[in-house]
Amino acid sequence: MAPTRREFLKIAGFSAVGLALPFLPSLAFDQAGTPTAGSSSPAVQGPLPALKAKRWAMTVEPRKCRPDCTDCIAACHLEHNVPDFRNPKDDIHWISLEKVEHVFPAETHPRLPESITKLPVPVLCNHCENPPCVRVCPTQATFKRADGIVMMDYHRCIGCRFCMAACPYGSRSMNWRDPRPFVRKINPAFPTRTKGVVEKCNFCEERLARGILPACVIACKDKALAFGDQEDPRSDVRLILDKCLSLRRRPELGTGPRVYYIL
Amino acid sequence: MLEKALRGSRGYGIWVAFLLLLVAVGFFFYLRQLDYGLGITGMSRDVSWGLYIAQFTFLVGIAASAVMLVLPYYLHDFKAFGKITILGEFLAVSAVTMCITFVFVDLGRPDRAVNLLLYPSPRSVLFWDVIVLSGYLLLNIVTGWTVLESDKKGVPPPAWVKPLIVLSIPWAVSIHTVTAFIYSGLPGRGFWLTAIMAPRFLASAFASGPALLILLCLILRRFGRFDAGDKAIQTLAKIVTYALATSIFFVLAELFTVFYSQIPGHMHHLTYLFAGLNGHHTIARWMAVSAATAVAALVLLIIPRARKNESLLALACVGVFLSLWIEKGLGLVVTGFVPSPMETITDYTPTGPETAITIGVWALGLMLITLLYKIFVSVRNEE
Repeated sequence: MAPTRREFLKIAGFSAVGLALPFLPSLAFDQAGTPTAGSSSPAVQGPLPALKAKRWAMTVEPRKCRPDCTDCIAACHLEHNVPDFRNPKDDIHWISLEKVEHVFPAETHPRLPESITKLPVPVLCNHCENPPCVRVCPTQATFKRADGIVMMDYHRCIGCRFCMAACPYGSRSMNWRDPRPFVRKINPAFPTRTKGVVEKCNFCEERLARGILPACVIACKDKALAFGDQEDPRSDVRLILDKCLSLRRRPELGTGPRVYYIL
Repeated sequence: MLEKALRGSRGYGIWVAFLLLLVAVGFFFYLRQLDYGLGITGMSRDVSWGLYIAQFTFLVGIAASAVMLVLPYYLHDFKAFGKITILGEFLAVSAVTMCITFVFVDLGRPDRAVNLLLYPSPRSVLFWDVIVLSGYLLLNIVTGWTVLESDKKGVPPPAWVKPLIVLSIPWAVSIHTVTAFIYSGLPGRGFWLTAIMAPRFLASAFASGPALLILLCLILRRFGRFDAGDKAIQTLAKIVTYALATSIFFVLAELFTVFYSQIPGHMHHLTYLFAGLNGHHTIARWMAVSAATAVAALVLLIIPRARKNESLLALACVGVFLSLWIEKGLGLVVTGFVPSPMETITDYTPTGPETAITIGVWALGLMLITLLYKIFVSVRNEE
């Protein structure tokens, strides 16, 4: 039998690492985050070692965001061939900017200063420790990797949308119609989707495998987004998490979100 | 026995042709949905389940209600139901067929439906729902058909069929319980996150299903040369009465918990459902009809003289069916999504093609009921 897509990806990932290791034994780790124009084109697919972690996590500091900046969304949606339908009914997004009152309704009260209520808060898949979407998926098309990333197999999804009902964060989008005509510029390094499957943020696992940080993190000039291993005390996210109070969305549900907000 | 479905009166022929036409129209629009995608429906990112899944949920109840005939007859030897248990089983067969069809037309990638079996996922409630529904379909086809065939030959049913019939009793409870668990096990949807969901589903099922059965029996008496008997119909009417009262009680218990505790995440949904939220009133209007009809039907059913009057009973049954169809076949699914996790209110209105497909699936089910009941009546009248 032909290998499934997941097996193929696994093999491809290992091969890439295998090819890279002998040539670059002492590559500086921080180069991994260097933003390179069109970093996804095969020519500059630097043979960097894959980034690995016990538990990938992200921190978001909306106070650092410039007003009206949408760089993270643009970079993510370009990288992942996310279509732009320009109508709320067909809408698909992996990241969006929402108001504090919608992201943290439990923390919102009338005496919050305007400097907080006006903040644009980036929201994306939380890559939960205990993801309800994975629990309900009847085909295991959505699954959690050992490093905590919650992934989608677009070739197995049957489009039942149970995961969309299960996600308490509204992080998932359905391809209600053929997305391809609505992708502004197709990135050949990442698959486009067909109509009828669900999609969401993948913490840029395809970039991590190539040793590059997520597109949104690189695109953010204000360093409002940080990404790293939450189990590694020297990681970027731990440097932030270790020194202040961080919030997670709807923690009372026990999903264990791994996107942390500092407000 | 199948050949008996092929011969019938002129009216029977016209009725079947009419249903076939509706099925064909539905199928035409389904082909368009296959081509365009589910975007042809009114569903959206926020309200990601709509009419199809709501019909599925409602019809699981109709299917489960066969147990209200099977249980009294086979476990308590209630003879009056002996004549019509097969009608209940055939109704279940048609209802489950509709359920499975509704789930199928709701899939974004129906070509991959077989993945449900290729990658069995015991942690997914939907996986279990597929198992229990197909099991229930099989049980009812086998038991209904075998018993009818024995009737035709004038022999008692074979001994092996009785354990299957007894098994179908807890199985009926399981299909609606598992279907309720699809909703009540989700952490982020306050409207569905309630332990009373499965009991509520069962109570409303045991009202709407037998109400439909009474209507079908009355139709058969008038047009089908088959009389279910007053005792059977009146007993069914009592079952509908108690189940409807229980169903209303459960809804009131839900309302109390939500509105006395005043937890906003739970309150918003029910406010949207019954009163409308921020100017969005469409569903609330439907629910007002549902509530009023339920109360009126309950009054008719509780008064013995009204219940024993065939016309009033028929009216009450139409009311019960309509009320619970609005509650489960419209309100229950959509309201779980409104407000969304981002606290936005997105209205959902089914589109024309979506409605045509829905009617097509209903017509398919009604056709199955018609054909199976025709076979049943022909066999019974030969005796």
